[in-house]
Amino acid sequence: MTPSIVIDDVTKHFTLRHARSIKEMSVRALRGERLSDRFRALDGVSLTIDRGETVALMGLNGSGKSTLLKLISGVMRPDEGRVLVRGRVAGLIDVGAGLHPELTGRENVRLNGAILGMTRPEIERKFDAIVEFSGIGRFLDDQVKFYSSGMFMRLAFSIAAHTEPDVFLIDEVLAVGDPPFRERCLERIRELRGQGRTMVVVAHDIQMLIGLCDRGITMRQGRVAFDGPTAEAGALVRADRQARRAAAALPDGSSSQIPKST
Amino acid sequence: MTAPLLDDPPLRPPGEDGGLRQTFRNRYLLRLLVRRELRARYKGSLLGLGWSYVRPAVTFSVYFSVVGVFLGMGKQIEDFPVYLFSGMVLVNLFTETLHSTTRSVTGNAPLVNKVFLPRELFPTASALVSLVHFLPGMVILLGGAAAAGWRPSPAALAAAALGFSIIVVLGLGLGLACAAVNVFFRDLEQVIDISVIVITWSVPMIYPWTHVREHAPGWVLDAYLANPLVSAVSLFQRAFWPPATGDDFTLPPDLYARAGLSLGVSVLVFLAGHALFARMQRRFAQEL
Repeated sequence: MTPSIVIDDVTKHFTLRHARSIKEMSVRALRGERLSDRFRALDGVSLTIDRGETVALMGLNGSGKSTLLKLISGVMRPDEGRVLVRGRVAGLIDVGAGLHPELTGRENVRLNGAILGMTRPEIERKFDAIVEFSGIGRFLDDQVKFYSSGMFMRLAFSIAAHTEPDVFLIDEVLAVGDPPFRERCLERIRELRGQGRTMVVVAHDIQMLIGLCDRGITMRQGRVAFDGPTAEAGALVRADRQARRAAAALPDGSSSQIPKST
Repeated sequence: MTAPLLDDPPLRPPGEDGGLRQTFRNRYLLRLLVRRELRARYKGSLLGLGWSYVRPAVTFSVYFSVVGVFLGMGKQIEDFPVYLFSGMVLVNLFTETLHSTTRSVTGNAPLVNKVFLPRELFPTASALVSLVHFLPGMVILLGGAAAAGWRPSPAALAAAALGFSIIVVLGLGLGLACAAVNVFFRDLEQVIDISVIVITWSVPMIYPWTHVREHAPGWVLDAYLANPLVSAVSLFQRAFWPPATGDDFTLPPDLYARAGLSLGVSVLVFLAGHALFARMQRRFAQEL
């Protein structure tokens, strides 16, 4: 198999600044509080994802899934280790980041398509397919700020789903939209999968991930806790969730084992 | 409807292909970003792009009536409106470039930390928007100058091109640096807004440079004339203000030598700003 994504012993730290202004800083300094905290979002993660694999990335909030996705997309750089990707990466990472409320649907298709790496002829070729898939229809020439949140998400998904990258990253976008559209999204993802594209999917809906992905990776506090069949990876996440809920119910705050929700 | 994955691109680190070269290769996206910024700037306003005429018109009227008429500058400087306006279009271009590029990365935070794009796109798009705003001013300037008896000549056009290059290169260079630094210290936005006032009054646009020579010590004059913006503004006056071709003291001495030096300095500032931006952009996503 040809590796499509190689993550080699990657570590990523974040610095959480509690104070930004001089006033806040001096207040915190006088009280003897820390000005910033450094925490490890990813800790020695190594993974190889082969071309054509559909991988589910699972874990509680704050376990490092989204950070890993950002490293693969190139938005962030690792502090240690290296990330290598073959071909063009595009993603549905928080859809709608590229949609501008003041522009019309039509203009947004072009702008967001170009942002996601499509060329002009490519966008013109796929324009009708994108509009058709989104079901925006007669609202195409209205400003996006007047769209309902469902329409907004549908348009954003539709643009991203037509970019046809070599590596497709999907973060938490399938949770929204009405059930029929969601079904169409899943269908589209299966179609892209059938074309031999590599996919990394992050979602909280374990049931859906099990149906969609051939491999599951469970993250825990910035480390890979499990890598194997999706169903087993999902079971681990369910166990983690229950443990966290139980810890939250206890009054003594013994939740240090489980990362806090962010 | 799909392109099969036949070719085999190499494994490489994502997010490496940034830089200005990549930005200009991606001309289509750059154009869409410029259009988006123009649209967003005048959202929901009746006048739309017309506001880019109103602002300089009001500034011009205030300076003209207060400085030109009440303070009598119009009597000291021949064709004062042309003198004033030829400096003003250039200074406005510079200050607007600086103002909008400084905010360009922080203003696009959702994009910067979600999708990988060459980050230089954002300051570049902002600088291009300033150029779009510069055009109507330029048209008015040409009309006014022609009415005052100005006729185009190769020397005038060369002076204009040199002055314009200094402003654009220096503006984009400083803009790149400010955009990057502003991600980490938002205070810079305020500093830039305040320095716009200083810039407006530190060039011979509302008054002639000879006032500095007469009323300030020699070292102040030297420092004043060393400012690349002073050279650029003087070049624009040389290009479009008819009396500039006349007697010797209307324009600063050694104008072309200073201007050449200014362009050199601007190129250095640009290279430094570009390098700084390229270094700092690696940490943009986690900071925003």
